[in-house]
This record gives sequence, C-alpha cells and structure tokens, in this order.
Amino acid sequence: MIKLTIDGKEIEVARGTMLLDACRQAGADIPTLCYDPDLRLAGSCRMCVVDVKGRPALVASCVAPAENGMVVQTESDDVVESRKIILELLAARHKFECPTCEKDGECKLQDYMYRYGVKESRYDGEGPHFGMEDPNPFIERDYDKCIMCTRCVRACDGITGAQAINVKDRGHHAKIAAPFDGKLADSTCVFCGQCIMVCPVGALSSKVAAGQGKPAQNKKVLTTCTYCGTGCTLELNVNNDRVVGVTSNRDENWSPVNKGALCVKGRFGWDFIHSPDRLTTPMIRENGGLRPASWDEALDFAAGKIKEIKEKYGPDSLAMFSSARVTNEENYLAQKLMRAVIGTNNVDHCARL
Amino acid sequence: MAEEIRILLAHADQIDPAQAEDYIKVGGYKGLEKARGMTSKDLIEEVKKSGLRGRGGAGFNAGMKWSFVPPAEVKYVVCNLDEGEPGTYKDRIICEKNAQALIEGMAICGVAINAQQGYIYCRGEYPFVVDLLRKAIQSAKDVGALGDFDIEVRMGAGAYVCGEETALIESIEGHRGEPRFKPPFPGVAGLWGVPTVVNNVETFACLPYILTNGADCFASIGAPKYPGTKVLTLTGDVNNPTYFEVPTNYILSDVVYKLGGGVKNGRKFKAVQVGGTSGAFIPEQNLNTPIDFDSMSAIGAALGSGAVLVMDETRDIVDIVTRISKFFEHESCGKCNPCREGTFRCREIMEKINSGRATEADIDNLLLLARVMKRAALCGLGQAAPVPITSTIEHFGHEYRRKLLQYA
Amino acid sequence: MTNAIGELEKDATAIFLIGTNTTENHPVIGYKIRKNVRENGAKLIVADPREIELAKMADVYMQFRPGTDVALLNGMMNVIINEGLLDKEFVETRTEAYEAFAQVVEKYTPEYVSPITGVAAEDIRKAARIYAEAERASICYAMGLTQHSTGTDNVKSCCNLALLTGNLGKPGTGVNPLRGQNNVQGACDMGALPVVFTAYQGVGIEANREKFEKAWGVKLSGQNGLTLTAAINKAHHGELKALLVLGENPMVSDPDLDHVEDALDNLEFLMVQDIFLTETAQRADVVFPGVTFAEKEGTFTNTERRVQRVRKAISNRGDARQDYEILCELSTRLGYPMSYSSPEEIFEEIRTLTPSYAGITYQRLEGKGLHWPCPTEDHPGTPILHKEKFNRGLGLFHAIEFREAAELPDAEYPLILSTGRSLFHYHTGTMTRRAVALDLHQPENEIQVNPATAAKLGIIDGEMARVVTRRGNIELKARLTDIVKENVIFTFFHFSEAAANVLTNASVLDPVAGIPEYKVSAARLEKIS
Ligand SMILES: Cc1cc2nc3c(=O)[nH]c(=O)nc-3n(C[C@H](O)[C@H](O)[C@H](O)COP(=O)(O)O)c2cc1C
Ligand code: SF4
Ligand code: SF4
Ligand code: SF4
Ligand code: SF4
Ligand code: FES
Repeated sequence: MIKLTIDGKEIEVARGTMLLDACRQAGADIPTLCYDPDLRLAGSCRMCVVDVKGRPALVASCVAPAENGMVVQTESDDVVESRKIILELLAARHKFECPTCEKDGECKLQDYMYRYGVKESRYDGEGPHFGMEDPNPFIERDYDKCIMCTRCVRACDGITGAQAINVKDRGHHAKIAAPFDGKLADSTCVFCGQCIMVCPVGALSSKVAAGQGKPAQNKKVLTTCTYCGTGCTLELNVNNDRVVGVTSNRDENWSPVNKGALCVKGRFGWDFIHSPDRLTTPMIRENGGLRPASWDEALDFAAGKIKEIKEKYGPDSLAMFSSARVTNEENYLAQKLMRAVIGTNNVDHCARL
Repeated sequence: MAEEIRILLAHADQIDPAQAEDYIKVGGYKGLEKARGMTSKDLIEEVKKSGLRGRGGAGFNAGMKWSFVPPAEVKYVVCNLDEGEPGTYKDRIICEKNAQALIEGMAICGVAINAQQGYIYCRGEYPFVVDLLRKAIQSAKDVGALGDFDIEVRMGAGAYVCGEETALIESIEGHRGEPRFKPPFPGVAGLWGVPTVVNNVETFACLPYILTNGADCFASIGAPKYPGTKVLTLTGDVNNPTYFEVPTNYILSDVVYKLGGGVKNGRKFKAVQVGGTSGAFIPEQNLNTPIDFDSMSAIGAALGSGAVLVMDETRDIVDIVTRISKFFEHESCGKCNPCREGTFRCREIMEKINSGRATEADIDNLLLLARVMKRAALCGLGQAAPVPITSTIEHFGHEYRRKLLQYA
Repeated sequence: MTNAIGELEKDATAIFLIGTNTTENHPVIGYKIRKNVRENGAKLIVADPREIELAKMADVYMQFRPGTDVALLNGMMNVIINEGLLDKEFVETRTEAYEAFAQVVEKYTPEYVSPITGVAAEDIRKAARIYAEAERASICYAMGLTQHSTGTDNVKSCCNLALLTGNLGKPGTGVNPLRGQNNVQGACDMGALPVVFTAYQGVGIEANREKFEKAWGVKLSGQNGLTLTAAINKAHHGELKALLVLGENPMVSDPDLDHVEDALDNLEFLMVQDIFLTETAQRADVVFPGVTFAEKEGTFTNTERRVQRVRKAISNRGDARQDYEILCELSTRLGYPMSYSSPEEIFEEIRTLTPSYAGITYQRLEGKGLHWPCPTEDHPGTPILHKEKFNRGLGLFHAIEFREAAELPDAEYPLILSTGRSLFHYHTGTMTRRAVALDLHQPENEIQVNPATAAKLGIIDGEMARVVTRRGNIELKARLTDIVKENVIFTFFHFSEAAANVLTNASVLDPVAGIPEYKVSAARLEKIS
C-alpha cells in the first residue's frame, strides 16, 4: 500500500493504482473524455489533469500511476484553467446542435462545459470541416461533433476486434476514418455499434434510432436479445410506449455475457417491433383467404377443430412446433398443452434447423 | 577555429566512416573492448560518472537512463537519428564523418543493458545516410567488432514528432507515429513492450571516447554539469554558417561572433534561436550565456539539438514566429487536445496579429493558451511549441504591439 | 455448452472451432475468441469448409470437405494417441470404453485421413498437437458440425477428443455447442421435445410420468412423440391431421420446401401463433397474434445454460395477446382450465418439476442470471459441468467410424451445396427482413462460388445463376469468392423469396437427432443464358 494526499485528504491505495482511481477514491470528481476503463488507455484528452506538487507540468491522472507521498490538488487554479481552455478549444470546432442532438442530456462535452461555466469559446476562427457521409444504414458519424477522443477506435479494436477505423491524417486535420477514407461497408467494420456505445458526445449515433427520443426522455428496460444463443443483455429504449432504440449496459453485474458489447442485429435490428406488418388481430380462414376475427371466435374455432380432430383421429394425429424464440415459460406451457391437454408427446421445435 | 574541441569529429574527413578498419586504425572499438571486460554494473557506473547527458534535447543522464532498465529476456537499443528539427543536421554530420563511433556506442550500450539488437531510426530525408550506415554496420560485423550485437537501420516516416522517442517506437512498430504517455518509459516498456534504451546519435557517439579515455577525462571537458562537447549547427544571418564541435561551456556570443564570424552584411544582431524550432528567441542582453543545458534553461531557453539560428536587425520577429506557428500546426500529431487544437489556434492568432487585425486581448489569449499547452500537452512537441511565442512576446513585445489594431 | 462463454476470452489457452462461423453467427462470442488470441496469445485451430474470418488468424486452418468431420477428428485423435499426448490419468480415472475407441481410431492416420478430408497430414498433426498440448483447450461447434446425416457422430467425436485430453470440467475447456437461436437451450430444457419432459426427464420412464401426472392431474402418454421433420413427413402421408405452430416458420426453415408445402396443405387444421404473417401463417386456418420479446416478461436460457430475464418494455400491439395467455385460453377451451397471473407464476411451477431449475427464482435472476443446474435456492449455479464426475459417472468413449454424407456429388450434381447464416440476418428473416437497416444492408440472397468454378461456367460476379439439386432449383446472385473451395457452393437460408431450403434434402436425417443434412447436398450450378 502507498499513501498520498489528495485535496488535503490522506488516503491509502494499493501500489499500481492509477492516480485517477486514487483521486476518485478520495472523493474527487475528475472529468474525463478519453478515458474508458475497458479500453486501452490513451491519455490524450488531458481533461483529467491534476496538480502534483513538485511537478512542473500537470499530470494526466488517468495514465499516471499513484506514487507514495504524492501531494495532489484536483481543482487548483492551474487545473481549472487548463480544463476550461481545453473545453474552449473543443467548443471552438464543435457544431452545437444540442436541441436536436441524439446525445443531448447525456453528453460529456455539455456536462463539462456546464460544470466549468464555459459559455463560449474565445477562439472564434474556423474549425475543420470534413463533411463526409458514410452511406451505411446503421451508424451516423458527425465530424463536426467529434472531439477526437479515439474511444471509438479503441472500442472497435479492443472490444470487437474489427480494427475497421483509425485516426487518419495529422494535427488539426486528424479525423477518424476507415482505411483510405473509404466506406465502412468496404472495411472490416461489422456494424456492431460499439463505437456509438463508447462515444462520449453525439458524434456517433444510430441512424435507426435517430429522432425518436432523447436519452433523458427514454426509459431503459434491460432485457435479453431476441436473436442468437449468445444471450446478450441489451437495453430497450422506450418512449411513449414505443421502442425507439437499443443501448447497452456496460456493467458486468447487469450485462454478464457481453458487458455492453452487441452485434449488428442486437443493436440495430429492433425496429421490426413496430413494423406495420405486425399481426394485431386474430384471423380465420374463409373462402380461401384470412379474415379478421374476434378472440373469442378464433379461439373457439381453434378449440373446436382441435377437439374434433382429436376425437376423430386420436391425440397423436396432432402435433405442435414450439419455438426456440419464445420464452421458457411459453415453451413449458406449449408442451404442457400438448401432453396434458391433448395427450400426445408430439411437440418439438427447431433446435436442429 | 582554434577554440573548437573535436572529440566526435576528431578524424573527420581523414577516415572512411563506412570502413571499420579505418576506424580501428585510429583507435576505434577499443572502448567496446573495454566495456566487454566490465560488469554491466560497473559499465553503467562509469557512464554515469562521465556525466554524459542526452544530446537529443532532454539532457537526461545517459548512465542513469540505462540503470532503470529492468532485467528481461529481450531488450533493444534504439538510436534516434530522426533529426527532424529544421536547421539541424549535426547527427547527419556525425554519421557522415564518424559512423563507426555511433555503431560502437550502440554496442557499448548493448553490453551495458545486455541487449543483442539495435535499431537506428533514420530520418526519411537521409536515404544516403541509411546506405552509409548499412555499409558501416556490415563492415563492423565483417571485422568481428560487433560480436553478437546486431543493428538494423529503419527509415523514418518523415514526421517531426517521430523524433519523440515513444512516437519513434510506435513508428518502428509500424503504427501511426504518435507519442505514448509516460510512464511507462521506454526503458521499462519500449519497442514491442520490452525494455528499450533510446538515445540520440551524438549521445552514443560520445561513448567510445568515455570508455577509452575514462569517465573523468570526459567529465573534465566543458561545463561540469553537462560535460563534454556539443556539435552545433549555425545557420541564419552569419558570415560562417556551418557546424562546429565545441566544449559545452562555450559562450553563445562566441558562437555568433567568433565561430560564426559575426552578423552578415555588417548588419546589427537582433536575436538568436537556440535548440531548433521550438527554441526560445534570445536577445542581445542574454548572449553572454554558456551553451550548456542548465545555463540555457536559466535564461528560459534550451540547448535542444544544438541548432543556432541567427537573425539580423531586418528580420520581422512576428512574421518569423507566425511561420514557426504554422510549422507546429502542421507537425502536431493530433493526439492530444491542447496541442492539436492549441497549435491550430496559435497559428490563427499569430496570423491575426501579423496581418494587423489583432488587439491586446489576442496577445493575452495567446499567453493563456501557451500556458495551458506547456502544462497540459502530452508530449514535448505541444509543450514546447509555444516557446518561440512566449519568448518573443517577452523580449520583443514591442514588435507585436506595433502590429496591433489600435497602434496601426 | 459444458463451460461458460467468458472462459473463451480469458481461460482457454487453445480454442478449436469446428463448424462454427463464430464471428458471423455468434458475434459477441467471436469478439471474445479474437481478443483471447490477440491479447493473450491463445492458440486457435479452425476447421471449416469455408475460409471464415477467424481462419485468417488461426494457427492452423483446415479447409476440409463438408461431411468428413468424423474422419478429421479421428485423424487428430490418432495423432494424439500415437504421440502419447493423451491425458492418461484422466482417461484412466474418469472415462470408460477407451479400448474399443482406440481400436477404431488406429487406422485413421493423418495419411489415411488426408485424402478423405482434403486436409494436409501435417496440418492435422499440428492441430492435434496444439489442442492436446494446450493447458486448457476448448472445442466450440455450431450447426456446421450438427447439420449432417452424421451429426450425432460428429458431436460424439468432439466429446471423444475432449475426453482423450482431459479437456473437460475445468475453466477454459469443454465441448461447447454454440446454439443458433436465443432460446434453443431453454426450449429443450422446457421439454419442447418429443421424448422428454422438462430437464430431459424421459417420457418413457414411468416415474417421470407419475411425477408430471401428479402435478398436472391427468394421465400422460409414454409413447415418444414425433420430431419436427418426422411430423412433416407424417403430414405428407396424411397421418398427421393438425399442426399447432408457435412462432416457427417451417415454410422457410425446413428442408425441401416443396415437400413441406405439400405436407401443410395436406393438414386438416393448421394453427399459427406468431408476430407476423409468415409464409407458414399464410397457409393457416387460424392465426393468433402474439407479442415480441419487447412486450413480454419471462426468461431465456442462452447457449451457456445461463437463465436470464426478459423484461416487458412496451404494451401489446393492437389486439395482440401475450403468448402464454393465448395458450391458457386455448387450454381452458379444450377443457383443461389454465390460468396464470404472470409468467413468474408459470416459472414457479416449472421449478417444482425441473430439478436443474429448482433453485432459480426471478429474484435471483436479477443482475447476472444463473447457470443451470441450480438445484436449490442457495446453489450458486453451475457455469462448468462435469467438474468432478459426469452425469453418468464415467465419461463414455464412442467408437465411431467415418461415414460419407448421404448425398455425394456425382457427374450430374458435381458440387457440394452448404447452407448457413449471415451476420445481418436471422433464421427465416421474419424479424430481420423487417428491420429496415439490416434489410437495406443485405437485401438479397447470394450463392458463394469459387472464381475458378464460376469461370468454368462463364458466370461473372453479380450475375444471377441457377442452383439445381434433386429437390428443385432457385436463382441466386453469384458472389465470387475464394473463401469456398472449387467443389463447394454456399448460400444463406434467411430469404424466403430465394429460399435455400427448396434445395436441401429432407429424406436423410441424422438417425438419432433427426437433423437434416443442410450442410451437404449434391448440387449443380448453371449459367442462365
Ligand atoms: C517533438 C520532439 C521531437 C524530437 N526529435 C528528436 C530528434 O529528432 N532526435 C533526437 O535525438 N531526439 C529527439 N527528441 C527527443 C527524444 O524524445 C528523446 O528524448 C531522445 O531521443 C533521447 O535521447 P538522449 O537522451 O540521448 O537525448 C524529440 C523530442 C520531441 C518531444
Ligand atoms: S455532442 Fe453534445 S455538445 Fe455537441 S451538439 Fe450534441 S449534445 Fe450538444
Ligand atoms: S467519434 Fe466519438 S468516440 Fe470517436 S473520436 Fe469522435 S468523439 Fe471520440
Ligand atoms: S447482440 Fe448479437 S451476439 Fe448478442 S445475442 Fe444478439 S444476436 Fe447474438
Ligand atoms: S503534444 Fe502534440 S505532438 Fe505531442 S501528443 Fe499531443 S498532439 Fe501529438
Ligand atoms: S481522461 Fe485522462 S487524458 Fe483523457
């Protein structure tokens, strides 16, 4: 264990603890933009800088190991000045469209500008404009909102392993791009949307969810993906009794299989829920076609038919295909219906297909 | 040129640097032989004792740096020959005149830290140096001078920031040339994650002398805290713009007036920028300072790579600094916010001032931005980029004010 | 899976993938495998007839001829035995029937197996060594291994391999089927199978029946029921009269669709409960609108046996009803009143009849869920099976000879057609084809053809080509790619308008599991002039 003093408070942490964690342990709220506990460290946004006594420069706490005897100030004048200027620098190139931004209310840039009272930027010149559009149907990248934290790049590599995007060009022209500035669809991108998950601002968003509800308006319901057998946990975003998007929970205690990672189907394949093709009323075949019917009529009709066939041909002349896509409870009832009510073991599902 | 002391360039133009035999004839590879006879600990102690400090800019004690290297199966010795600083060509000169000394120096380091592989990262604009070095290495191997130590020469990517040791490592690994955060320092986790010593060409090239003549001998040359000689490259408005090797306690004004033969065309001196593009501008009243690392620091300057750029009275400081700010905007790798955005805004404000559209508030903004860059940028590039600005506002503030709106 | 998904990311030091295109079909598991290989240096062995993405980063990639899995696996085990790489202690203390198995494997030398599988003998050796020498090796497979007339043999061979090297019962090991659909595991656990009640309690066993008879208050049949494919065949013959379908779409998913269509048309009564008017529902006599996962409470059990909650996010659409309510209503009308106030109440009933779920409650599922078996409420769940012993006591070796696939290429049908899944679609496409972005990204089916094969037929990339089998033919856009060998073509089965299962073979099934041979059909490719 080592001892250090943070904002006048002496604390003890294990050797190897990063300064950021030590500060947080001491109760200091350190702003971070590029830091993500699940990703390779970057140490590039410099928002997390703190003042360490005896060091000429400020120290980026997310990449600095805590050292014995350090005396740290997390909100010294120097620190606050640096953070404000960094925010002003970012603001100077940022297209503030907060009212219509998908991230409004959950945006780190907004939060920190509010926290440090940065109302406007003293840098009033031009910012870079890339104005590129990727024609894919899943991911929207707005370069004018990007703060170049590279979290998307590191998630693409470190979580998904696709290595589809990277920083291209240098200095102020640096931007996140697929190889040769090409389309995502021509890269190794698998459209998992992990980049959207980690983006701290509104630079990356889902095209499928666009315009349907802001984070603060959406209720998030944790559930299990309806597609493959991996069983990823995801959050259905609900607004006004409609599913308006999918996000994910990165806490292993709530998302045990996938820790927030999803694939393209889980993250972008939810809008079938509101497809106009959804069946909303029972139907009965009549004159070669299907016509709407009331529940009572349809249920009576079905029960009548089942009874009739069972009586005429015996219970084994009926079978049920249950489903690998409905719940355990429903599968249980389905086989119970066949076994206990109809009297046959003719029940199966598509496990093998 | 009586005041030069030539250690590295002692045999310049007398031997063929590609030929190990030539070098051996003038006493070469004796240092390596001696190093091999020492324990690694003693060898590192000897280098520490010599007081040799890094010649790449940061001035860190070389022996000290080596002593931090932890035990590991694989380690590397990397020579920084990126030399991206405009106006600097001393590393090229050392290679062209005495490549074998560099090779011997790297091998000595290999003995000290127990590494078998070296890399030389050579500036992209120096393809002929790459050829020369490859020949020189082959020749050293042919005569058996290197033993089981091997050196590979890698061609750089042409970015200034790749001279920063961690960006250089990234570049050798085949990634974008972007600095890493430190710690971990390369000495602990460098090339491909293993302990790696990165030193400048000149630093390595001093080692044969230290080993052959003893640490004390080296320590007695020049400034006590930054002993030895330094190769300077003198450019700008002087009569004799060339390179020199001088003891480190040499006085700056002697560089300009004695070695340089004074300001060209009989003009008056205005400023000298030492250490390359990110160096401070030094006015006349500070010319009496020795060039060593600490004396330079004391006047807010840095010896850096040893480039000395002289400007005469006709030079427009604000215009020069504006161009320098363009250089940094162009060379920022873009990784960290203070530098990526800061160099961009510095250039923007400098242009505003230079074109007479600025007010006093812009100068204040510039100073504020410079302060944040210095303290918060990730690597030396962003930290040092505002130095020319702040040093000229300090010493040549009137030239700025002359261009402001309200005075126009 | 015998082991948990997370172990593939951290614990396994070698991973052997056979018949699983993990990055496309179980993407999140694919991420974990890739991470383990890249960051921890885990070794990777890939055996697949297509050069799938993970093959590129594999230490050994074996592009074997479809349907020769047993030969390949026996070949690896031959090497392991001959080079003494087996786990003797494990074989001695925890298994039986080794001798008979070893005898069969003896002739499967790499040299013998190589011409059968098309894999170089040296690669078989290398793969065997990597797998056997790893400290903790995991086998993962999916439909690529099971959808064969020899599917059961293939799976047993994987078990043999794990037994032989003691790669069971420890973190990072195991025999791990990656199940295709979100709740296949749960549907099986719940007894939606013709021969078992919940938790694989056989219907033929008197005591099991008694237990359920007592709980349900009725007499139960002990006669094994019909599998899905058998049921279709019976319907075709007119012996099966009524079919109740709950969220399935045999009109796209089942083999030989003409056959399925005839079978369904033969029924006297077809009831479909679904969220869309699927190809199957269009033929129904009555259709009940159910709800999607977003509208229901319940549980799913994933491929690693982890039971997890499904939570209701929105209300029923239109006049649709909860699926469990529909089943209850129907049951009540059939004279067996069923009423549950919530899925949780059903789950409580399940627990009392299902030993492996007995300790699971909705409350305990909050957060991380639980791996069954979880017999009591204080049991932490079982991420790793077979730790101390196998269900049956000792692990049983199976002596398995290689058998060729049922339908081999010949002069008339010279190619092998395989079917499978795409990253962007799911099963019969009922949902994903209606997910706008997914369908926009991949709107149509394709047939993957090796460029050399295409060149011989004069087919160019993107051109429509006809694929013909003994069952029928469809026209598909040709995509030239060398991820398939010259004698193999591959297509997806998600697209009803270009349904791959028009082509597949319904007449041969795996004798034990009743799985159709989706991965091997003899086929011909024709240029459309
Ligand atoms: C932007 C930047 C550029 C640099 N360029 C060089 C260079 O061209 N050559 C060099 O030797 N050191 C350069 N350095 C310094 C190196 O990072 C490093 O300190 C040096 O190679 C260590 O060697 P030394 O201890 O022998 O000086 C540069 C540093 C920065 C921040
Ligand atoms: S990214 Fe944040 S700051 Fe930018 S427009 Fe969106 S909400 Fe506003
Ligand atoms: S797109 Fe988002 S995550 Fe990616 S660099 Fe920009 S701000 Fe960061
Ligand atoms: S998100 Fe993708 S990998 Fe995860 S369960 Fe859903 S379909 Fe499977
Ligand atoms: S200071 Fe400049 S060059 Fe250095 S890491 Fe930051 S952006 Fe890159
Ligand atoms: S959060 Fe530490 S540098 Fe970005």
